[in-house]
Amino acid sequence: MSIRVFIPRDAAAIAVGADEVAVALEKAAKKRGLSIEIVRNGSRGLLWLEPMVEVATAKGRVAYGPLDADDVDELLDAGMLDGGAHRLCHGITDDIPWLKRQTRLTFARCGVTDPVSLDDYRAHGGYRGLERALAIGPEAIVEEVFQSGLRGRGGAGFPTGIKWRTVAQTIAPQKYIVCNADEGDSGTFADRMIMEGDPFVLIEGMTIAGIAVGATKGYVYCRSEYPLAIAVMNDAIRTARRCGMLGANIAGSEYTFDLEVRSGAGAYVCGEETSLLESLEGKRALVRAKPPLPAHHGLFGKPTVINNVLSLATVPIVLDKGAAFYKDFGMGRSRGTMPIQLAGNVKQGGLFEVAFGITLGELVEEIGGGTASGRPVRAVQVGGPLGAYFPPSMFDTPFDYEAFAARDGLIGHGGIVVFDDSVDMAKQARFAMEFCAIESCGKCTPCRIGSTRGVETIDRIVRNEKRAENLAVLEDLCNTMKFGSLCALGGFTPYPVMSALTHFPEDFGAAPKRLEAAE
Amino acid sequence: MPVFEPWNVDRASAIIAELKDREGPLLPILHAFQETFGCVPEEAAPLIADKLNLSRAEVHGVITFYHDFRREPAGRHVLKMCRAEACQSMGCDTLIARAEGKLGVSLGETTADGRVTFEPIYCLGLCAMAPSAMLDGRVVGRLNDKRVDALVAEAQR
Repeated sequence: MSIRVFIPRDAAAIAVGADEVAVALEKAAKKRGLSIEIVRNGSRGLLWLEPMVEVATAKGRVAYGPLDADDVDELLDAGMLDGGAHRLCHGITDDIPWLKRQTRLTFARCGVTDPVSLDDYRAHGGYRGLERALAIGPEAIVEEVFQSGLRGRGGAGFPTGIKWRTVAQTIAPQKYIVCNADEGDSGTFADRMIMEGDPFVLIEGMTIAGIAVGATKGYVYCRSEYPLAIAVMNDAIRTARRCGMLGANIAGSEYTFDLEVRSGAGAYVCGEETSLLESLEGKRALVRAKPPLPAHHGLFGKPTVINNVLSLATVPIVLDKGAAFYKDFGMGRSRGTMPIQLAGNVKQGGLFEVAFGITLGELVEEIGGGTASGRPVRAVQVGGPLGAYFPPSMFDTPFDYEAFAARDGLIGHGGIVVFDDSVDMAKQARFAMEFCAIESCGKCTPCRIGSTRGVETIDRIVRNEKRAENLAVLEDLCNTMKFGSLCALGGFTPYPVMSALTHFPEDFGAAPKRLEAAE
Repeated sequence: MPVFEPWNVDRASAIIAELKDREGPLLPILHAFQETFGCVPEEAAPLIADKLNLSRAEVHGVITFYHDFRREPAGRHVLKMCRAEACQSMGCDTLIARAEGKLGVSLGETTADGRVTFEPIYCLGLCAMAPSAMLDGRVVGRLNDKRVDALVAEAQR
């Protein structure tokens, strides 16, 4: 019998040579007359170990990484196919502390299964959520999602159950489910990993949403920067359709639901839900004023559930295990788990799913292991380009929507970007304004004009031109953008700017902040 | 390296005919044009406007709104380097400057011999493998001087 070897097809693994490792291993095994079956799985999320190859042994899957194609012969000599010891061997994958410390609910299967095998998906608990959903019916599904406390994982944290209930209660001949897969925040890659590593869970989540609110058509709007994710999603959708899990009479039921992937076109603002809907309709992605809410007037003016990939991918487990099971994890009003993404200048970067409540310091220092460069951590940006910069003195902040908001930050989509002490925070603040200027849809003035004025003002401050006056202008400008912008792009750009200014004033030429003033 | 067809009205009309009955067909049509012709040329807007019953201004507005759509074909190879925060934290600015030096162009430009278009990209979702880049659709992570030099050399071939 051939030995199963798992080599990820995740873009992050491919970017560091997973394809080359697969080719080299296949060749070397053939030359030695060894029978192996290579499964191209998703990533387990231990990204600093990628390409991480796993071998199925009697004791369980044994992990090796990070591998280079040149290491293959040496590893085969060391008995890799029997789980043999080697300097790159990490033992049984499930026992690796970094993985063991996690609570994998949304990412339970990611990296474990063959992403495009429906049989594998079912064998690992897939479609049990749908089965229960069909048994309990639309109203009970909405109630279950509401009771679970699941909040929008895209960043806004709006209760998913309330969104669904609103759409369910709106009468219309046509409703839509739209998945926001326009994951543009730097430091985030969880949506990409789900689409590449466990696409059926997203299909299942969207199908359940469709049944719950009475929608028959769904769209996955995926950014064009993710070609591999788009390919895997399309592959999985075709399989689901062929096997009766999409289309008419899903799983033999009375319900109809079908899905289509649409590619974005490089506009960051499409991550904002109303702008995404405009884009899907084939228009310039200008943000819509709310109300009306997408739940009432969404895609093509029809009631629409628009949720992030992670929110929808979490629905199957909520239905399968029940609201109480999911709600049991977490703290305060942040229930369940959050797939946190550790990125940037970090020693052990990757996907770490854990119940809300873990502190920022635990994540950066213990899980992440500090910086990749080995220099001290100076700042971390949480929540993407619109998230605040936190200094190590605030590392006691627990990962929780409200706790971050209380400290003038946001958890956003759960990305943490680590910077070492070589970072220039005035430059980071300037970049935040510059990025906003590049990506502004142009509809509202605070964002369109404010961002450009922001870049100019920061330049003046750094050049020491009327520093005090210009600092006041910058603060005022940030206030205007925060309260006057139509959406989070202009509204949240002040977070990175003001946090950089508040916590790292010395980088703007001001006197260093005294330690006792940290809080 | 992708191979593109020259602009052809019949071919373009066939693409529109195939996609126009989908809901919100404009972006799929523009993507298909770019995949086929390597860009969305000036001639595309009036043709699409006519077939979809939109104004030329509306179509023009959409084409120019999105960063992805090119008005002219790119160089033979397209090298995109990420300049978002995670890549900044790992020194992408220095690597971008290095690539600019080797290529003799700035971000957003194409080399005089038409071989390489060098562009910024804001996040490839490879933020734990920073700095990252994409050469003709192929992703590369954990860039350093050596890897950037190799990528640039490959793009120049």
